[in-house]
Amino acid sequence: MIQLKNIHKTYYIGQNSLHVLKGVDMHIEKGEMISIMGSSGSGKSTLLNVIGILDNYDDGEFILDGKLIRDLNETQAAKLRNKTLGFVFQSFNLITFKNALENVALPLYYQGVKRKKRNIIAMEYLDKVGLRDWANHLPSELSGGQKQRVAIARALIAKPKVILADEPTGALDSQTSLEVMDMLREVNQTGITVIIVTHEHDISMLTDRIIRIRDGVIGENIIVEKLNQN
Amino acid sequence: MFDRDKWQEIYSSLKSNKLRTFFTAFGVFWGIFMLIIMLGSGNGLRNAVYEGMGDFATNSAIMFTRQTTMPYKGFPRGREWLFHTSDMEALIKNIPEIDQLAPRLQPWGGNGGNNVVHGLKTGAYNITGDYPAINKIDPVRLLKGRFLNEIDLQNKRKVAVIGNRVHDELFKITDPVIGEYIRINGVYYQVVGVFEPKNKNINIGGEKDKSIFIPFTTMQVSYNLGDDVHYFLVTAKPNKSASVVEEKCMKLLAERNHVAPEDEQAFGHFNLEKEFKKMNGLFLGIRVLIWIVGTGTLLAGVIGVSNIMLIIIKERTKEIGIQRAIGATPWRIMSQIITESVTLTAVAGSFGLVLGVFLLEMINNMLASSAEKVKCSGIPKSISR
Repeated sequence: MIQLKNIHKTYYIGQNSLHVLKGVDMHIEKGEMISIMGSSGSGKSTLLNVIGILDNYDDGEFILDGKLIRDLNETQAAKLRNKTLGFVFQSFNLITFKNALENVALPLYYQGVKRKKRNIIAMEYLDKVGLRDWANHLPSELSGGQKQRVAIARALIAKPKVILADEPTGALDSQTSLEVMDMLREVNQTGITVIIVTHEHDISMLTDRIIRIRDGVIGENIIVEKLNQN
Repeated sequence: MFDRDKWQEIYSSLKSNKLRTFFTAFGVFWGIFMLIIMLGSGNGLRNAVYEGMGDFATNSAIMFTRQTTMPYKGFPRGREWLFHTSDMEALIKNIPEIDQLAPRLQPWGGNGGNNVVHGLKTGAYNITGDYPAINKIDPVRLLKGRFLNEIDLQNKRKVAVIGNRVHDELFKITDPVIGEYIRINGVYYQVVGVFEPKNKNINIGGEKDKSIFIPFTTMQVSYNLGDDVHYFLVTAKPNKSASVVEEKCMKLLAERNHVAPEDEQAFGHFNLEKEFKKMNGLFLGIRVLIWIVGTGTLLAGVIGVSNIMLIIIKERTKEIGIQRAIGATPWRIMSQIITESVTLTAVAGSFGLVLGVFLLEMINNMLASSAEKVKCSGIPKSISR
């Protein structure tokens, strides 16, 4: 599903350059649920930006769902993101003036789906995350866990092939974190690849595989099952 | 193509920053409003002045005599002199640029005592002896009857064309007027026409609505004026300068009447072309100023809007990021922000437009109702000897 070969990425800030990704090689199969770990500054956010086509890379090869992602213009990138990727963020990033239902329906809005139709679909997805009764509430009226569930529903509505979650439990307590992880596991079981960026060990232990990034390269590649056997 | 979500977003982003929205809108509103008001006042001023001048030929000049100030050819200074009928032919013969030439007599000044009688009523009016050509230089609107014609002059007919105030004051509503007789300084004239002035602001020797025109030749013989001429009114041919014609006329008249060529004081003269040019220049200046100030004000509004747009984008970087992440194309985001500012500008601008026009209309109405009482004049009310 996702193949990264020798990815390099350097940021230029004025005269200084910051070599963040120094040749990342990574292979993620379809239907996997993996976590990416690393201390801050290790380059994991940059990596997620590259995988999410939010940022381009300088050198190497990135193949997403069999397609080489290279030199896309903004419009192409936006369409590809809309169709193949779903995003879940640490701070939920819901649009504050839209209610839960409209937030979930947003990706369909960008696809040009009619209002009535997309609201029906959005209601379905809200039901899946158990928030049917909260459809007309604004984000400010929801709890953290509820917000994240709305965000997950929003990420799922466009039927993406990959879910990218950047610290999805970072702002939640442990109980809610577990619920959110359960939900992501459920999503994963429908065949969607899930990539979670986290620095919490407990969370990463709930995934199939842990990829550890250190100084811009892949440090370790740990299969969680083996870890548990040990 | 009404996109509810788009407008919802615009509404909420404008609402969440009420003060900013207000000031942006006010900037645009004020720019448009001021431009409208200034253009309106400028045009109003111009129209008022031009309307006062009516159809008066703009390429015309008026000349009359004054005391000489220099001794010449044996004549002392301080001599009273007048034009003569023979000057008229000389002018036409020697100055081909003259289009219309109208000599005029005005023996009793602007309003010479109780000089007109009809039945039991008398009044003081401005009596002039004229040629029909006067109606081509300073036209009047005929309400009844006809104007003076060539035959009147040839036959020295005792006919009169009277102004509307003369008519109102001397005649009863039931009077037929045309064909009736009035007595001017002891001589009876038949009224052949009633007129009203087209331009109230230019009066040559007395108010026009209180004027009576009689044939020039009739006046010369009736009142023992010999071959005197008091005024010459001339217009230049199309594309010829009235100033040049005026200059040439005065030179010729001075020569024929033994006035020192350099004695400028010996002539009274008035050149409408020059006045018009001056006024046109003034109005052009006002107009340019209005546009400069107006566009400046508008520009300030535009800069305000662009500034606000910049802030909007800076402020919403994160939100735009989210929208991008879930599949919004750059065009979608751009159109969102542009629609937002265009909407704000359009609404504020039309408010300014509507309010500006409303205010102008109000002033217009107020002025129209008081116009009867106040007659404003752009140039001197009368040019009299």
